[in-house]
Amino acid sequence: MTKSVLIEKIAEKVEGLSKKQVEVIVETVFESIKEALAKGGKVEIRGFGNFRLRNRNARKARNPKTGDSVSVPPKKVPFFKVGKELREMVNKA
Amino acid sequence: MTKADLADRLYEKIGLPKKEATAIVETLFESMKSILSEGESIKITGFGTFLVRKKGSRRGRNPKTGTELEIEQRRVVTFKPSLQFKDLVEKV
Repeated sequence: MTKSVLIEKIAEKVEGLSKKQVEVIVETVFESIKEALAKGGKVEIRGFGNFRLRNRNARKARNPKTGDSVSVPPKKVPFFKVGKELREMVNKA
Repeated sequence: MTKADLADRLYEKIGLPKKEATAIVETLFESMKSILSEGESIKITGFGTFLVRKKGSRRGRNPKTGTELEIEQRRVVTFKPSLQFKDLVEKV
C-alpha cells in the first residue's frame, strides 16, 4: 500500500476535507517527524511506536569493485520501535 | 514530540485548526495500524516503508530461568527508512 491509498482511506473517514487537503496533511506529518529527528529529537506515538535515532559505529569496509579498504565514519540512522498495541494487533490477525 | 505536538505543527505549518489536526493525526495512525494488522505493508515515499514480516517458530530460552521453550511463529512490523530520510539524519 502506498501513501496515496492511505490518503484515500483517511479522506473517507474524515468529513469536510478534500483528498488534496488530506494529502498535504499526511505529507506534513511525515515531514514533521523527519524534522524532529533531524534536530536530534524523538517522536512518540502511543500505541503505534517511537521514532528515534540510533548510532552506527565507525567501521572498516571494502570497495567491492577495487577491493580497497575504506573506513566508514560513525553515523546516525532512523530507528522505529513498534508500540505494544500495534505489535499485538499485527501478531493476532 | 508526541501526537499533540504533531497536531501543533499542522496548525503552525498549514493553519489547520487544533481540533481538526488532533482528529486527523489520530485517524492517520489508526488507519496505519489497521492496514498493518491486515498484514499489508505501507510505503511512504521520502519517508520509508513499514513492513509486516513473518517470523518462523524457533526454540528459545526463558532468559530468567534458562528453560527451553518453543517460540511460535509470529508477525512483526519493521521500518525501513528511505534513503532520503537516512541522508537527512546521518550527520546529526
